[in-house]
Amino acid sequence: MSEHGMGASVRRKEDYRFLTGNGHYLDDMVRPRQTFACFVRSPHAHAKIRGIDTSSAASAPGVIGIFTGKDLEADGVGPLICGWGITDKNGEPHKAPAHPALATDEVRHVGDQLAVVIAETLEQARDGAELVSVDYEELPAVVLPKNAMDASSPLVHADVPNNLCYDWELGDKAATEAAFSNAAHVTSIDIVNNRLVPNAIEPRAAIGEYDAGSENLTLYTTSQNPHVARLVLSAFNGIAPEHKLRVIAPDVGGGFGSKIFIYAEETVCLWAARKVRRPVKWTASRSEAFQTDAHGRDHVTHAELAMDADGKFLGLRVNTIANMGAYLSTFATCVPSYLYATLLAGQYTTPAIYCDVQAVFTNTTPVDALRGAGRPEATYVIERLVETAAKETGVAPSELRRRNMVAADAYPYQTPVIMQYDCGNYGASLDEAMRIADHTGFAARKAEAQSRGKLRGIGFSAYIEACGIAPSAAVGSLGAGVGLWEAGQIRFNPTGNVTVFTGSHSHGQGHETTFAQIISERLGVPFENIDVVHGDTDKVMFGMGTYGSRSAAVGGSALVKAADKIIEKGRKIAAHILEASEDDIEFANGNFTVAGTDKAMNIGEVAFAAYVPHNYPEGLEPGLNETAVYDPLNFSFPAGTHICEVEIDPDTGAVEIVNYTAVDDFGTVINPMIVAGQVQGGVAHGVGQALHEGCNYDENGQLITGSFMDYSMPRADNTPSVDIGYTSVPSPSNPLGVKGCGEAGAIAAPAATINAVVDALWDLGVHDIAMPATAHKIWQSIRAAKAAA
Amino acid sequence: MSVSVSMTVNGEAVSGNVEGRTLLVQFIREHLGLTGTHVGCDTSQCGACVVHINGTSKKSCTTLAVQADGADIKTIEGLANGDELHPMQAAFREHHGLQCGFCTPGMVMSAVDLVKENPSPSEQEIRDWLEGNLCRCTGYHNIVKAIKAGAEAMRG
Repeated sequence: MSEHGMGASVRRKEDYRFLTGNGHYLDDMVRPRQTFACFVRSPHAHAKIRGIDTSSAASAPGVIGIFTGKDLEADGVGPLICGWGITDKNGEPHKAPAHPALATDEVRHVGDQLAVVIAETLEQARDGAELVSVDYEELPAVVLPKNAMDASSPLVHADVPNNLCYDWELGDKAATEAAFSNAAHVTSIDIVNNRLVPNAIEPRAAIGEYDAGSENLTLYTTSQNPHVARLVLSAFNGIAPEHKLRVIAPDVGGGFGSKIFIYAEETVCLWAARKVRRPVKWTASRSEAFQTDAHGRDHVTHAELAMDADGKFLGLRVNTIANMGAYLSTFATCVPSYLYATLLAGQYTTPAIYCDVQAVFTNTTPVDALRGAGRPEATYVIERLVETAAKETGVAPSELRRRNMVAADAYPYQTPVIMQYDCGNYGASLDEAMRIADHTGFAARKAEAQSRGKLRGIGFSAYIEACGIAPSAAVGSLGAGVGLWEAGQIRFNPTGNVTVFTGSHSHGQGHETTFAQIISERLGVPFENIDVVHGDTDKVMFGMGTYGSRSAAVGGSALVKAADKIIEKGRKIAAHILEASEDDIEFANGNFTVAGTDKAMNIGEVAFAAYVPHNYPEGLEPGLNETAVYDPLNFSFPAGTHICEVEIDPDTGAVEIVNYTAVDDFGTVINPMIVAGQVQGGVAHGVGQALHEGCNYDENGQLITGSFMDYSMPRADNTPSVDIGYTSVPSPSNPLGVKGCGEAGAIAAPAATINAVVDALWDLGVHDIAMPATAHKIWQSIRAAKAAA
Repeated sequence: MSVSVSMTVNGEAVSGNVEGRTLLVQFIREHLGLTGTHVGCDTSQCGACVVHINGTSKKSCTTLAVQADGADIKTIEGLANGDELHPMQAAFREHHGLQCGFCTPGMVMSAVDLVKENPSPSEQEIRDWLEGNLCRCTGYHNIVKAIKAGAEAMRG
């Protein structure tokens, strides 16, 4: 292994600028003559807009423009779109009510925007927005997904009966019914997957800019996928044709899914830049982020597991109500359907699975993909069910899992819910996790804790996820509006250093480092001579962006393909100059060598010859610059076992995570330091969901958890350090053998943590606890169980 | 109504005219163009805006520019010695204590002040000290490791 190649914990190229205050985040940018936008937002969860009076604001100091939804309509700006079509169980398309960037007739959640004030300074824009007078007629609101379909509930959209976006199913219903009728034991659970607010620490922001000379528009935006933003803003919102629009996503301060989507604010800033003929800048306050960043999760689920007398799983039946919020965000529809139900086999051979999902509208912020997106919800269903089944049947949780796992020699394994797992070894991850967690010593630790009056519990989560999203034909057949390949380009400069362009976007993942490692390894170019460029539609040919732990598997693979093309062309150039046959040229460690001789030239010399082609193969194009597009063969399937061990103080309900073990199969690991960082961060996110985080609305739809004062984020003093292990089986579905590591922690940790908490409390009679399992909730559960005993 | 303020920032005397409501972080970012200090919330919780005021870590989003009149301010841009990273910055790099980098300046400035107060902090003391700094990427583990190593390096 070379110092900077694959498998080395190379320190990051990105860090110097971030550590010295030289990052270029969006709010750091100042464009010449820029103006500032402030949005007028609804204080009500649901109201009719009877009128908007902008006259006072229009004459306020510094105000240069006020626009409403009518202005957007008059200019033909299309509504915000949802890019994944779901066909419901009756063959009908999902309900897609209009989602105007600025509401015209009704507002449908607190924070819904209906006007924008543009002024010389931010303070003047805010002061102006305060002066916009909106005449609202308050309407009743529906908040909880479980109530959304009630006949007595108000309609979020008059044209969507029962607030039902779709009722969708997956799996063989008849076979599953038959499995249940033959079962020796059935375990049932009712669970809520709590609503989360993404809370990247950098708030969303945008600058729209218009160049009157060229009629080109530029959007600077906090995006995980700038090319997709350009495509949507052009093709659907109609703001500018693609070739007249440039989208730049500079350093982005975390995304976690929330910066995938095409939001109202960037759409309006871009459009308004042409109206006022000056750059228009908007940066979300944290309060706005809470109200408008697409939220995550929010499922209500009833699930049942049928087993035979030996504890073999026979069937799984799942009914889920998924909250879409007030409107459909960009990819909202696919999250509780194809990113969720397709993973319900988990690591197990359950032969019959049926899942029904009802996606509903409520008067809340839109819900979309958040770190894991559907897969945390699936894992939580399966692993809470399995753990409960183990408790009910008296089989050890590890043993019950092992009995049902897909065997290491059973790949490719076709699940009953679309996915075909390409490789894995789930038993190995389980064994290794139990070894690292010293599972055999748990009984003694529990007894010792008991002697101190503490309740100790241990919980497993054997998860699987589908990453490397995704084969375009496959997702197209499931309703995706886009292909999910990725593009890459390797440009040798004449002096032999390299500029790499990728359609992936890095917002914390460290692509500038890991992608340079891939190129350094493949082409033998010194790591420090490689620069990675991303996040600019004028520089990178195209890209589908970063989400679903896809960057290395798809974006990295595109670069491998481009590197192969570089080597092929280099071989021709070297053969000519070294006066050898092309077939005799070998390439290794950056050198083209004539086999069996010491005649060689390095790739830098080949690059120079390509740009100064005085002695050059006839008919070959000068230059050394190759692009490639990679469309994956299959999803990749990271999997593993996490084990959480907790200690609970029964007097206060306070939980302490005393041990947390993560053993993951991510396939090939490019940079172990970065991968471990992703695991630690992902687990913190998942533990946050399990113990701390929960987004709450009151019965009128007011957001109660609207700031960091009210919404409990994981902090340094309540987040565990994770013991990390790997059992890697390289993925056969991409040339790097990678699987993806960004979401695993958030997927596995909620079930592991709650299983540990319930294990600690089981003997007291507490058999379930809702997330977030706060000290207060645990204390109440203990009290209730004692009272009932 | 504008008010004139003067202070020392990273060793340089600066002055400007601000509104009474102008926050110190706005003065630093918008008037001085020092954008390494970030704003991540509006309730003084996230700590992305931490700077040193007269040698002590403070949230510049919760300080008015006029309150800092006459003060000695240090921001993340003033921490390194030329191209040579401060030991705490170097430790964050070495221990992968940052991912997206947005909370990082506040974390580093906060950590440097911790070590001034407590040259040899335990893991628990570091975790307690960071109650006013939020990170969504790292899960804090590597930040804690980095601060421990940075403290050791600062002790020399």
